[in-house]
Formats: sequence, C-alpha cells, structure tokens
Amino acid sequence: MTEIEQYVAPSSLEQAAEYLQRPGGVTILAGGTDLMPQSQGGRLKIRRTLMNINHIPELQGIAIEGGAIRIGALATITEIMQSELIKKHLPILIEACDHFASDQIRNAATLGGNVCNASPAGDMLVPLLVLDAEVELASKPNGSLSRRRLPLAEFFVGPGKTRLGEAELLAGLRIALPSAHHYARFFKFGTRPALDISTISIGIAGVLQDGALANVRVAFGAVAPVPMRAPRTEQALEGKRLDTASIDAIADVARDEVTPIDDIRATAWYRKELIHNITKRMLAHVAQS
Amino acid sequence: MSLNHEIEFTLNGVKRRATVRVDMSALDMLREVIGLTGTKYGCGEGECGACTILVDGLSLNSCLMFAVDCQGRNVVTIEGLAADAKADALRAAFTEHGAVQCGYCTPGMVMQASHLLASQPDADAAAIKRGIEGNLCRCTGYKKIVDAIASVNSADKQGATP
Repeated sequence: MTEIEQYVAPSSLEQAAEYLQRPGGVTILAGGTDLMPQSQGGRLKIRRTLMNINHIPELQGIAIEGGAIRIGALATITEIMQSELIKKHLPILIEACDHFASDQIRNAATLGGNVCNASPAGDMLVPLLVLDAEVELASKPNGSLSRRRLPLAEFFVGPGKTRLGEAELLAGLRIALPSAHHYARFFKFGTRPALDISTISIGIAGVLQDGALANVRVAFGAVAPVPMRAPRTEQALEGKRLDTASIDAIADVARDEVTPIDDIRATAWYRKELIHNITKRMLAHVAQS
Repeated sequence: MSLNHEIEFTLNGVKRRATVRVDMSALDMLREVIGLTGTKYGCGEGECGACTILVDGLSLNSCLMFAVDCQGRNVVTIEGLAADAKADALRAAFTEHGAVQCGYCTPGMVMQASHLLASQPDADAAAIKRGIEGNLCRCTGYKKIVDAIASVNSADKQGATP
C-alpha cells in the first residue's frame, strides 16, 4: 500500500530543492522505467511526496560548459545517442546507449535515473566512470540553492545506494572534454543484445600513444556491490607496452581484482573468466589501434 | 486510499481530462479509466512491448510510464492509428504477410513499427529487427512481422520515386 499524500511537478530546480525538504520524504519521478516496476513489485515504497521532475529546464539538455560536457540528469538515453556533441567527443557513451534495453526504454529512461538507481550492472555507469564523470548535486540548505560536485567514483556506496543526501537532487553529470588521442571503449556481455542486464561490463580508457595507454581508467560492472574502478588493473596497464605476455598478465590482475557473486545470470567463476577473457580481447584491440 | 490527480492531455488527437491515481501507469489509465483496451498488458516491466504507445512522437512502454506524466503531452494509441493513412499501409501489410498469429503482440508491434518507420524511413531488415527488439511475439512469428514492416518501407520508397 502506498500512502502518497502529495504529488508535485515543479517547474524550476529551486522549487524542486524546496520540495525535497518536506517531511516524510520525497520520491523522485523522471523516466519512470525503474521506479514503476520497483514500486509495483513492492521493492520500493513511494514516499509521502511524489515529485515529478520532468518539467525542470535546468535538468535538461547536453551542452559544453567551461571545458566540460554537461549532460542534464533528464537527458534520455535516446537523446544522448542522437547528440552530435556526444558522438564527437564521447563516443564510448554511444556504445553503451546502443546496448541499453530497448528503443521504448531508451526513449523514456534518463541518465540521471540510471545513475541514481545505482545498480552494479547499470549500463551507463562503467563508461561514465572511465570518463572521470562528476555528479552535480543540488539542494537548498539555507534558503538558497547550492550545488556541489562529487566524482562519480565516490558516489556509489552499495547496490541501489549513493551519497545523494535526503534533500539533494542529481542535476547533471559533467565530463571534461577528452584530450587528443583519448581512447575509450566499452563492452557489455549479456546473453542477448536487447533488454539484457549485463552479466559483466568493462570500460577501458586512457591516452593512447605508441601502443601504450597513459592516465589509464578501467572500470567493471556487475562484479561487485557497486560499479567499480579497478585501480590494480589500471596500475598494471599504465604505460605498459602491450604484447601477448603483458596482456595476459594484465588480464590476470583484472580477474583477481573483481569480487562477483553467483546469481541467476552467472556464477562468480564464470564472471571472473569473462572479465579475464574480455579484458584480454579489449587490450588486443588497444594494441592494434 | 491513494491520492488522485487530474491531468489534461491530447489522446489520439483529442484534448481530454482524466482523474488518475498518482501511482497508476499510463497503461492502467488507458485501459481502466478511459476504456481503450487496444493497448495490451503483457509483462508490466517493459520487457515485452505489448503496451507500446507513442508519446510526443516517441514510442514508450505505457506500463512503465506514470499516468500523471501524460500531463500536457500528445499520446497516440493503436486506436489512434485508425485515422492515419501510413498506418493503413502497415495494417494491410501485417494482414497480407500473415504477421498476426494469436494477435496479442500486434498492437504493440504496429505502434513500434510506425515509430520505427517515422524515425528511420530507410530501415532495412537488420534495422527493423533492432527496432522491434523490445517487442516479444510469443508465437515467435518474427520473420513475417519483419517482412511486413519491410514491405511498407519499400512500398513507400517506390511511391516516393518520381
């Protein structure tokens, strides 16, 4: 049984931040593609106030702002996929969008929702992690609207759990414009191309020069309680000349770094093997680039 | 007692109002409040596409959409396609190609196909398969469905040739 007492649909971020201070808590509605099955299935209880944020202009759009690309929290997966800015500067996000659910869901699901839902298998999270994305959080603590930024890597604390404060709203994501020679690839493994929750996913990024990656970022999905950065794998890969022997060694580090569980989609053992084999395949691709 | 909210939106070209529970899906609103039962309930989780509708020209799973979010938007259901010439061709193609077996997935398939052809008029068989990947046919009659959609596409192209 839901006991929703209020439904609000603010038209500004400021108004939304004010509503977030209501007693009894606020559940935020954006695309609805996670909220609806979670609330109908009894996994989530809608709180006293249901707040529809779809009419807030500050949460929309994809634009360059001071050397970074800002993606509004309400940008849908389809909007990201069709954005010329994203195609040009952040093509790894297009790869992730392309494997995201189905057309109908991509048309509704928002990037902010995917981030706040904080699933270890969230499709957009691994590529955002290797892009060093930051979350932009808005609140109105002392009567005036304030924003703080946090690296996405620090945002996730557990399955479905984030550092988002009770009275805070995710306003958008910021990604610094990548430098020349930036390399970033994403791979999602599932049993069918569409509508699959990934068994594992891998993102690899860095500056590619002379067959080696520098300033390396590696992230893995669905192999830990949160979508995780992989510092040991990153260190093993940093500046390394990629040949058969070094690729093998790095893939071993990757396999040892993840801590998956057995579940309906795969066993922990299988996930570790996938991390090993697909890391190898992706690094072989880096070596050829 | 759950909270109700009144919304105003355009449904199949006509402005209308509806009073809906705030936690109700657009699908439940269409079927139970408004009485349009062409849109089907399949899985209730966005896996099957039987409930596909168009909202502001984009296809969505109406089972995942909150009814209150229809406020101010332009909603088209399978009933609304009855007055659409392009949909006539699609409907005829589904009949001619035998793309309907039990028929349960058909409204959703037709809605998704109409969105696909509107957004990608040149869609080939591969693009059509990708386009309907969110629609399940438990009779597994996909080949005929893809053929039917492809035939509308090629018929269109012939029509457009001067």
